Amino acid sequence: MSTVAAAHRDDLASKTGMWLFLFTEMLLFGGLFIVYSVYRYINPVAFHLAAKELSVFIGTINTVILLVSSSTIAMSITALQKKNKKLSLLFLGITILLGLAFLVNKYFEWGEHIREHIYPGSPVLALRGHGDVLFYGLYFFMTGLHALHIIVGLVFIIIIAVAIIKTRINSEDYVLLENSGLYWHLVDLIWIFLFPLFYLIT
Amino acid sequence: MKSIENDKNHIIPYRTFLYVLAVLIALTLTSVTLTQISLGTLTVAIALIIAAVKSSFVLRIFMHLKFENKMFSRAVIGVILLLCAVITITLLDYLNR
Repeated sequence: MSTVAAAHRDDLASKTGMWLFLFTEMLLFGGLFIVYSVYRYINPVAFHLAAKELSVFIGTINTVILLVSSSTIAMSITALQKKNKKLSLLFLGITILLGLAFLVNKYFEWGEHIREHIYPGSPVLALRGHGDVLFYGLYFFMTGLHALHIIVGLVFIIIIAVAIIKTRINSEDYVLLENSGLYWHLVDLIWIFLFPLFYLIT
Repeated sequence: MKSIENDKNHIIPYRTFLYVLAVLIALTLTSVTLTQISLGTLTVAIALIIAAVKSSFVLRIFMHLKFENKMFSRAVIGVILLLCAVITITLLDYLNR
C-alpha cells in the first residue's frame, strides 16, 4: 500500500449508463412511432394529403445539417485523442452552430404552419377533420420533442466545451465528450426516422 | 478486429467519418429522389430500409459500436428487436380487426 489510490474512474460504466439512458429515449420515440403508424393506418387519406403540405426541401436541408453535425462531433473526439485541443473545440463549435441552424430552420417551418392557422388546438385545423388534427398533432409533438432534444444536446455540448477549455476533459479523460457525442448521435438517429415518416412518405 | 475490440483508446481517423458522412448524405438524397417518384406501397419500404441502413452507419461508426466492447452492440440489437416485436404485435392487432 505504498501508492495512493487514484480517484476512482470507470469509463466503461460511464458509457454503459449513457447507453441505458439512450435505450429509454429509443423506447420513448419508438412508442410515438407506433402511435403514428396506427393513426396513419386508420386515416390513410388525411395523412397522405397532410404530409404533402410539408416542405421536403427544408426537411432535406435539416437532415444534411444534422448528419454533418454528427460527423463533426465524432471528429472532435478524434482531435482530442490526438491531443489537438483547439481542433477539438473548433469541431464542437461547428456542431453547436449546425444545431442552431437546425433550430432556425424549424422556427421558419413552424412559423409558416402557424401563419396558416395550423397548430394543435387551432379551430381552422379542427374544421379540416379528425385525420388532419391527428397528423399535425403528432407532427408538432414529435418534431417538437426532437427539437427539445436538440436544445438539451446543445447545452450538454457547451458544458463539455467549457470543460475542455478548462482541461477538466483532456486527451487522458474524455468519456464525457464521448457521452455527449452519443447523445447527439441519438438525436440524429431519431431524425433519420422522423424525416422519411413525416416528409417523404406521402 | 479482435485486437482493437477492447482498446478504449482506439482512434478513428478523420477520413473514416468523412467517408461515412458522404455515404449518409448520398443515401438521404437517394431516399428523397426515390420517394418523389410514385412507387405506391414500395415507397414506405424503400424509405424505411434506407433509414435503417443510415442508422446502422451512425450506430457502428459515429457511435463507435464497431470498436467498443461487444456488450454494447448486443444490448442495442436487443432493444431494436424489442421495438420491432412491439411494433409487429401492435400492427398485427390493428390489421386483423
